Amino acid sequence: MNSAPARKRVVVTGLGATTPVGGDVATTWDALLAGTSGVQTLTDDWVADMPVRIAARAAVDPSEVLPRVEARRLDRSAQFALIAAREAWADAGFEGKSDEAGLDPDRVGVVCASGIGGLTTLLSNYDNLRDSGPRRVSPLAIPMLMPNSPAANVSLELRARAGAHSPVSACSSSSEAIAFALDMIRLGRADVVVAGGTEAVISPLPVAAFSNMMALSKREGDPTKVSRPFDANRDGFVLGEGGGLLVLESAEHAQARGAKVYAELAGAGMSADAHHIAQSDPEGLGIIAATRKALRDADLDVTDVRHINCHATSTPVGDVAESVALNSVLGEHASSVPVTATKSMIGHLLGGAGVVAALTTVLSLHHGLVPPTINVDDLDENIHLDVVRDEPRKLDAGPVAALTNAFGFGGHNAVLAFRRT
Amino acid sequence: MASTEEIRTGLAEIVNEITGVPAGDVQLDKSFTDDLDIDSLSMVEVVVAAEEKFGVKIPDEEVKNLATVGDAVSYIEKAGS
Repeated sequence: MNSAPARKRVVVTGLGATTPVGGDVATTWDALLAGTSGVQTLTDDWVADMPVRIAARAAVDPSEVLPRVEARRLDRSAQFALIAAREAWADAGFEGKSDEAGLDPDRVGVVCASGIGGLTTLLSNYDNLRDSGPRRVSPLAIPMLMPNSPAANVSLELRARAGAHSPVSACSSSSEAIAFALDMIRLGRADVVVAGGTEAVISPLPVAAFSNMMALSKREGDPTKVSRPFDANRDGFVLGEGGGLLVLESAEHAQARGAKVYAELAGAGMSADAHHIAQSDPEGLGIIAATRKALRDADLDVTDVRHINCHATSTPVGDVAESVALNSVLGEHASSVPVTATKSMIGHLLGGAGVVAALTTVLSLHHGLVPPTINVDDLDENIHLDVVRDEPRKLDAGPVAALTNAFGFGGHNAVLAFRRT
Repeated sequence: MASTEEIRTGLAEIVNEITGVPAGDVQLDKSFTDDLDIDSLSMVEVVVAAEEKFGVKIPDEEVKNLATVGDAVSYIEKAGS
């Protein structure tokens, strides 16, 4: 135990998500437990010339959920964020804007990230500029494409005035958002923070760009078999889209209002590889550092960790680096920690990946079940982890901890530690 | 050239498409900001769509003078004549 003065504990009191396997948290969770893949062959008219023609689209299109006029003022990434925010807010027991829900708006914050921002809005407005001239560029283009737009729109939706922030670190963005929110509450800047992230870049330029950097799988055949973290025959990730948000709250605030608590967000650890702009450090030094920081921050011993929701995107180098790093930190305990890679089912949500992994981890602690990793037909001999395959696995009872990993291009590593309360 | 009523109807369709305000509410005496709650960004969208639909030019410096639906209809009538 450390001897620092007692600091605020932070708990998770609400969950919201829209993902490739479900338009809300409950549907997503059931689909993950059932091992359902959300990866499909794209039918858009632009895919024919593309080197990759599959992706994991959101299971429920935002146009089915949001009123048309509201949706047309929002980039798709902000649409996902708003949908997830409404679900998380209601799940936490709040109704209406923060003041209407009995909260002080100055004590309610938002940290909502995206990895790339409103890229499709930018591109469609560029098309308008090139084809029809400057007059046809939308006056809403900037407020729609700015990377802070999802955070700003969630802040407007909830009348959250403690601050609306948007950390950007590629595929670890939404885990950084949660870590940032943890600090906001610990430092007394807010009592309630809605934190997570979103991404919506399944369009020609990102698909071509990710493909040309040799990040995407080019595997042919059944699209549901393409994302295969930890499998010997994996060859890259599958692009996904969607978003999620958690309602984080100081434990005392949650207790005072009698809120349901899913789990404690016990700590966070972040690091930078400083190794290569896009490649994983094969020795996983940055991951090791972030994991150790998270354990220390959460005041956890290695043996308290009973589950890890891995970053594992299905790239040849990245999955092994994560295994190397986890074995380095956990030592002999590594072989008794069930891990899973939900990207096998939902693909890689980039800026939305960390939060969807985080809320899956929270639900794993809450329900005592770890969803399986699908498509591990032949476990890579270089992966030395207890990968949950085929069927969900029961999680140990008691106040155990679980980690969530998210790593981003640029060498960003963010590890979150949750503990059952 | 379209009649006043035809222009009002066309403008009402645009306003409805962009802001969701019911087309029937878009009457000549209504203020875009005070009655129809249209913000400045949406107003730019309305203006650009109106330019396209009616084949006229509405310069940015004119937009601030178009307080009511009637002002806009009159401007489009004059600009198109």
